[in-house]
Amino acid sequence: MARFDPYENNGGTCVAVAGDGYCVVAADTRLSVGYSILSRDQSKISELADKCVLASSGFQGDIKALQKNLAAKELVYEHNHNKKMSCPAMAQLLSNTLYYKRFFPYYTFNVLGGLDSQGKGCVFTYDAVGSYERTGYSAQGTGAKLIMPVLDNQLKSPSPLLLPAQDAVTPLSESDAVDLVKDVFASATERDIYTGDKLEIVVINSSGIHRECIELRKD
Amino acid sequence: LTRVWPCELSIKRTLKRKKANGPTSPRWGKPGTKPPPRSFLLPQSNPDSLLQLHIRDSGEQQIEATKAPLLVALAPSPHSDQVRALVTRPMAGSMDLPTKGGFDFGLCRRNQMLAEKQGLKIPGFLKTGTTIVGLVFKDGVVLGADTRATEGPIVADKNCEKIHFMAPNIYCCGAGTAADTEAVTDMVSSQLQLHRYATGRESRVVTALTLLKSHLFKYQGHVSAALVLGGVDCTGPHLHTVYPHGSTDTLPFATMGSGSLAAMSVFESKFKEGLTREEGIELVAEAISAGIFNDLGSGSNVDVCVITKGKTEYLRNHLLPNPRTYNSSKGYSFTKGQTEILSTKITQLKPNVEVAEGGDAMEE
Repeated sequence: MARFDPYENNGGTCVAVAGDGYCVVAADTRLSVGYSILSRDQSKISELADKCVLASSGFQGDIKALQKNLAAKELVYEHNHNKKMSCPAMAQLLSNTLYYKRFFPYYTFNVLGGLDSQGKGCVFTYDAVGSYERTGYSAQGTGAKLIMPVLDNQLKSPSPLLLPAQDAVTPLSESDAVDLVKDVFASATERDIYTGDKLEIVVINSSGIHRECIELRKD
Repeated sequence: LTRVWPCELSIKRTLKRKKANGPTSPRWGKPGTKPPPRSFLLPQSNPDSLLQLHIRDSGEQQIEATKAPLLVALAPSPHSDQVRALVTRPMAGSMDLPTKGGFDFGLCRRNQMLAEKQGLKIPGFLKTGTTIVGLVFKDGVVLGADTRATEGPIVADKNCEKIHFMAPNIYCCGAGTAADTEAVTDMVSSQLQLHRYATGRESRVVTALTLLKSHLFKYQGHVSAALVLGGVDCTGPHLHTVYPHGSTDTLPFATMGSGSLAAMSVFESKFKEGLTREEGIELVAEAISAGIFNDLGSGSNVDVCVITKGKTEYLRNHLLPNPRTYNSSKGYSFTKGQTEILSTKITQLKPNVEVAEGGDAMEE
């Protein structure tokens, strides 16, 4: 008996790493359905504010709708408060937006990265219905389970339960963090069929947002 | 030579002996008796209409048990009266006889119940999610395959071998469940070798084809092997496809696996009769590359095998179009203490362990 199935997983992986004064957000650009590739150049990253970038993997229809929704809400905030949204504020807004559709969720696995009001890197990681946490690094999507253990090992984050509260951001330099992200994606591409084609890396620091693209395996 | 199923032989012998011994009571059917544990019940069989072939226990248990039948091959058809055959093994006194062959579906109901009620996840099998191709050219056949083996969405093997040896002049590409393709090609390869010794002649492709198709048909599609069989023998070059249920096609060019559509699009555009060797290899490589780049179940490298009269060339990793794109120059160091040890607890399993000096040497 065929029922309407509203969801589809279009694959892909997103990663974000926070450092002292910078934040790296990266995602692959492959859009797939089943065993086929629909696009090799579909961006999963959207710049919501000048210090805030969202990367989402999952169902592309919901990703587009969610990012559009958040961009609109950010504009409304700007008009009401006469300033752009800060990253922690956007994090809360995203959580609320996702939970608003608790009983017909956005099939999206999000990672929000940016700089907080003190200029330190922050990464927020979400599940599909809005549960979120501020961390030093995160991975979401089909390749997440391949990438997360490597990040855990290399960017060993102190437990958030420790007192006094310790810095979750990595002491690595910006170029080292970008190098790690590139290497980790190349490894995930080897073993995950849904990850590949191209890697889009967005770095946010005090001088603004700049993008970089590198090639990944296309098979 | 009329073919007789092994079960028929035992039945005839049993009936003969029954006549000689006189009527004996059945081993089951009386209250308090249970049917023997081993049965080959096809999963979808309807127990209401069963044709039962009893193979009774006899004095010479061992001999009877070894001749017990393997698998029943009565396929359900819309026209027949839903006749299923329940073939059972004799108890043979003790329970220490191993299963001789065929599939035992006895646990299927239990697995289904566990999956439904307890939510137990049944482990998957390794599928090759493949692109395999073959084509006939002027002097022989060219076979091609990709080298990725997947387990769901994860690549289990980045460089596996999908072109299997059958005979010096016959090779076979396999798609589907990796264990099934390996097992079936190895088995038929051994059978062909024995046949070569018996006949004193080079193996023929149709021999391999018949052995494969009859094996796969016997297992009713449960052996999930989709093959492209090619070779050159005294009757010329041959190329066949074999499907998991046992049907075959004889073709000038063929593709199988999840990437077969991508590869077939290349063949349908560019194939022509009477290609040269170089043209054949190039076309096969192009077809496999189409599968590698457009199908997520296929990837990594291209393997090619060229078979001509008297010579076979296995070009393993003929093309490597997918090198790793980025290598960190820094490298990784996994020093002691990098993974945080939160706590350590040592539990002695034996309270006192004594080493006895000069004790007895361990027995072999």
